[in-house]
Parts: sequence; C-alpha cells; structure tokens
Amino acid sequence: MTSPLETHPVWQLGPVPLSMPVLVTWGLMLVLAGGSWLLTRRLALRPGRAQAAMELVVEAVEQQIRETMRVEPRPYLALIGTFFLFVLTANWSSLIPGIEPPTASIETDAALALIVFVAVILYGLRVRGWRGYLGSFLYPNIIMLPLNLIENFTRTFALMVRLFGNVMSGVFVIGIVLSLVGFLVPVPLMALELLTGAVQAYIFSVLAMVFIGGAVEGEGGNARERKDA
Amino acid sequence: MNLIEVASILGAAFAVGIGAIGPALGQGRSIAAAMDAIARQPESANIISRTLFVGLAMIETCAIYCLVIALLLLFANPFRG
Repeated sequence: MTSPLETHPVWQLGPVPLSMPVLVTWGLMLVLAGGSWLLTRRLALRPGRAQAAMELVVEAVEQQIRETMRVEPRPYLALIGTFFLFVLTANWSSLIPGIEPPTASIETDAALALIVFVAVILYGLRVRGWRGYLGSFLYPNIIMLPLNLIENFTRTFALMVRLFGNVMSGVFVIGIVLSLVGFLVPVPLMALELLTGAVQAYIFSVLAMVFIGGAVEGEGGNARERKDA
Repeated sequence: MNLIEVASILGAAFAVGIGAIGPALGQGRSIAAAMDAIARQPESANIISRTLFVGLAMIETCAIYCLVIALLLLFANPFRG
C-alpha cells in the first residue's frame, strides 16, 4: 500500500521531476483558465445559456461573500471564486478514471493555505493600513498578542490539514474498498466523495472569507454591527 | 514485526478510534442545536446552516488531526529507524 504522504515523480521536464498532482493541477488550470476565457470572450447584454450559467456562479459567490464578510464583494471576488472553483474541480477531478484529486496530496493544500495566509495579510494591510492591521493583533488586550500571532499560523495549518485529510481519506478508503471488492461496491463511496468534495470546496472558500473578513473589519466586529444596524 | 511496529499500529488505531469520539459528540450536539434553531425559525435556515457548516468543519479538524497522527505513525514513523 502506498503512503498517502509521499508523491512519486512520473515525468521528467528537463531537470525537474514532475509528480501526478502537479500535472493534474496544470491540466485543471488550463481547463479553468481556458474555459473562462472562452466563455467571457463574447459577453452579451442578453446572456446566452453559457453566459447565464457563468453569471449564476459569479453571483452566487458574490452573494456568499456579501453575507459572510459583510463588505462589498468586488475586491475579493476573484480570489474567493478561484479558490472555490479550483478546489471544487480538483476534488471532482477523480471522476476522470485514473486521476487522483491533486488536493489529496498535502503539497497542493499547503500551497492553497499559504495563499490564504498571504492574502489575509495583504488585504489587512491594504484596507486598514500598517497601524490598523498590526494593531488588530493587540485586540482585545496586549496579553493576547502571542495568542493572536500563533492563531494566524495554526489556522493556516488547520486549513491545510482539513482539506488534505478529508480528500485524502476519501481517496484512501475508496482505494482500500477497490482492492477488496472491485465491482460496483465502491460506487456509493465515490458518490459520497463527490458530496464531501463539494462541501470541502465550500468550507475552504468560506473559511478564507472569514479569515480575510476578520483582517479587514474594524476591531471587535465594529463593521459587522454597523452594517447590521 | 518488532515491538515498535506493533505499538505504532495499535497507537494509530487508538488515535483514530478514541479521537473520533469527541468530535462525534460535538458534531451531534451542534447539529441538534441547529435543527432546533431551524425548527423555531425556518426563515433563518440559510444563515444557520452556513454557520453550522463552518462550525462542523472546525470540529472535524480535531478528528482529522488524529487521522494525520495515525498516518504519520503508519507511513512516516520516525522511530522505525
């Protein structure tokens, strides 16, 4: 049984060995970027079918951002939407026979979590400025400074491990069942895995929203209360 | 099979088995509370279920940590030499 914690190179590009998750990720990037380019090439005021479907997705993401972060969704739409679409397609790429989802290897999840980590800092600095953002680490009290700092790292780690654990455990269980009974028995598990994949994509993007939202809003959720009132 | 391997396998099994109890209880409680809230206020089902999902993900992380520890014990055991 191969360890889910290591990846093996399958292809050599010059001096760089490439593993399966990298190749699948490149394929997904190609499909997503090419698909978006094709679909947004001719935008019409009266949308056709494909454009209407795209607009539905974009509006759903916008709506989620507005409800979760309670800010104007435009600056965050590209990042959050890409997270959602990428993780979703990555989790569902196991529908293609012979392909394992790249999110089942911990490196992909580490990269995604790192992007969230950097994005939180950048958005926090951009919206609230140096003083405002660094001051948020002192909230509610200076005693909380170490905890706030540690939290920034642990939640990034948790984000990585959560996605990895969920997707990888599904792949692993399906592999074990396949090696025991190959015919039809793994199908319900695979269907469950599709549901898990969608939920995990949703959760990953919602958590990214929550983290970024926490960095850009005022101390102790002032912005939230102001918008609610 | 030497003693370290036996201990690792037992440790992995116990890590997942015992580590799943806490999150299971916690998730059960939170889902029950969310159901109760939705039954009382069906109009706020949307926001409740979104918060529920995020909370479940947070709770689930505990079980996932146990799973990762178990996998480390089984596949990347630092003591096997």
